[in-house]
Amino acid sequence: MADQTSTATQWPADAAPHDLIPPGRKRLGWALMAIATLGLLATIVLQILYKTEVDAIGFETWRPVVYAYVAWGVAIGIGQVLTRGEDGQRALFLLPALLFTIAMVIFPTLFGFYIALTDWNLSSFSGRRFNGLDNFWQMLADPYYRNALFNMVLYVLAVLVEYVIAFGLALLLNAQIRARKFFRVVFLMPLMLSPVAVSWMIGKSLMEYRFGPAATLARHLGWEDPAFFSNPITARIAIMVLDAWTFIPFMMIMLLAGLQAMSREVLEAARVDGATAWQTFWQVTFPLMLPVSVTAVILRIIFKLKLADIIITVTSGGPGGATDSVSSFIYREYRDRSNVGYGTMLAMAYLVIIVVFVTWLLKFASRFVRNVN
Amino acid sequence: MSVQTTDYVASDIRSPASFVASRVFIYGALAFWAFICLFPIYWTITTSFKTAVDVTQGHLIPFVDFQPDWKGWRSLGLSPDSIFQTSTVRDEFLKRFMNSVITSVGASSLAIVIGSLAAYGLTRYRYHFAWFKNEDISFFFLSQLILPPVVLALPFLVLYREVGLLDTRVGLILLYTLMVLPIVIWIMRDQFNSIPVELEEAALVDGLSIWGAFFRIVMPIALPGIVAAFILAMVLCWNEYFFAALLTSTDAKTIPVMVASQTGSQGINWWSMAALATAAIAPLAVIGIALERYLIMGMTAGAVK
Repeated sequence: MADQTSTATQWPADAAPHDLIPPGRKRLGWALMAIATLGLLATIVLQILYKTEVDAIGFETWRPVVYAYVAWGVAIGIGQVLTRGEDGQRALFLLPALLFTIAMVIFPTLFGFYIALTDWNLSSFSGRRFNGLDNFWQMLADPYYRNALFNMVLYVLAVLVEYVIAFGLALLLNAQIRARKFFRVVFLMPLMLSPVAVSWMIGKSLMEYRFGPAATLARHLGWEDPAFFSNPITARIAIMVLDAWTFIPFMMIMLLAGLQAMSREVLEAARVDGATAWQTFWQVTFPLMLPVSVTAVILRIIFKLKLADIIITVTSGGPGGATDSVSSFIYREYRDRSNVGYGTMLAMAYLVIIVVFVTWLLKFASRFVRNVN
Repeated sequence: MSVQTTDYVASDIRSPASFVASRVFIYGALAFWAFICLFPIYWTITTSFKTAVDVTQGHLIPFVDFQPDWKGWRSLGLSPDSIFQTSTVRDEFLKRFMNSVITSVGASSLAIVIGSLAAYGLTRYRYHFAWFKNEDISFFFLSQLILPPVVLALPFLVLYREVGLLDTRVGLILLYTLMVLPIVIWIMRDQFNSIPVELEEAALVDGLSIWGAFFRIVMPIALPGIVAAFILAMVLCWNEYFFAALLTSTDAKTIPVMVASQTGSQGINWWSMAALATAAIAPLAVIGIALERYLIMGMTAGAVK
């Protein structure tokens, strides 16, 4: 933290010069930050010693360490203002979010990488045992995990279909219609509903085999045996439909905003040149909408990669793991087998895959948009 | 987002017949999708008033097909005749409901506070934390959006056990704050960027401090953005299931976990499940209708330049 210098180069032009702060106040600030840091370190060391049974003084849980961290954060904030005046006040805007995110993400993720290398079953009494890369080799040989990854590819590809539907709906809402606000609210509705409630409403009751209306309709349409969730392929499609139902409004709203921001002159010019509606769409509207489309699709893919709750509640991965997403598979790995070490290894591998994939996706998308325009 | 009517379709009329055809197609498609969106909701609400026979025979329209009955709501203790009697199911439901309210409001508020402070700092000042500049810090915050819950869930399960936050509302609030923080920062950054810097410069000349200018001048102008971010965060927290299912057991269980635990048991009571699902989605449905403008504003922040 000591080498942090925030200088307001942009605004306001006249930042308070550092030398206006009396040296006594500066010393006070440094002392405060030093004491706080020492206090935090002391608490951690004390607790580690207590937990490893080196000494007898300590706390039952690690919670005091959390308090010490919060106190340390406050002291650092005050110290910044004391030592660096207005610059410190500026740093104060960023500090809470930064300290919070670091505590909540960096540390648990590092800890997760450690758990991933242990054999740790919460239901057994033996506790955790470091076992190196064993979990990793087990993961490579796990057909269910590979199947879950493959399913994620299918689920992500389904985003393209969702995108086409969402674009169509956005065009409809952007056409000259009456009661536009009514339709917008109605179309937005599914996004508001909890996926778990939706799983019940649609997955477990509308699609219910015996007397769900969707099954009845399917029978009328000539499908003899409308068991949506007993066949792997229809089960996957049903999950995709459920997820699409909740999330299409999200893309639709973004695309609608893009359509409404488009300049009318361009469309007018296309018509004056004698383009048909079809040509206007493909030559003008679609290319102009490309940046918004890419943003919407990427955000949607990021949300899709987290897909879990619908699968957990509707099929719990069935039939035979056919509908599992990675998240739902790991969830069951923990819930059914309390296998924390292996589950974490799967999650960490997934994290690495996702980071690589999304980074590639962002690069690819920006190049794609640049090439087309 | 301002709603403009792009009336280029009207001038597109080539012949009356094709005009009518396009009208029929547009309204037909709109009506079809409205049906797709509303039917599951309609089905759930009506099912909560059905008896077993009505469910198995697939009756759809109340008063025509079947006689509505309070059965589902009675089993939740929320029907007119049972509302004043003691009901353990209702107590349970209200407890879960309050848990959901407290965690989602708490997390959204916390995320708004630290998120808008950070967003303001990032839009107005230049920072150098070691080798990190503003862009890197922004990216660091936004990249949290990619992090799937499953990565954090198991480490948090272990850590929360160690610090005694397992099955507490505070624990959930902290995690939900983390979950919605990137979205809040995204929306608020967009919002602050749209506020001219001259306003704060004038305030500083008038003798306000940096923080004074922020609270007295900037915050009131940014209020719509704050509302938008708050509502979007609320929706996400209210519907969250994954963390809640893993990290809560008795005390801090939220509504989605309660709904899911009912579906697990076989021989589902359709009417009571429907009543429970209706009660779980009702608050957000009301918010969605009443504050749709802000929701759209939040979702489209930064998407359209």
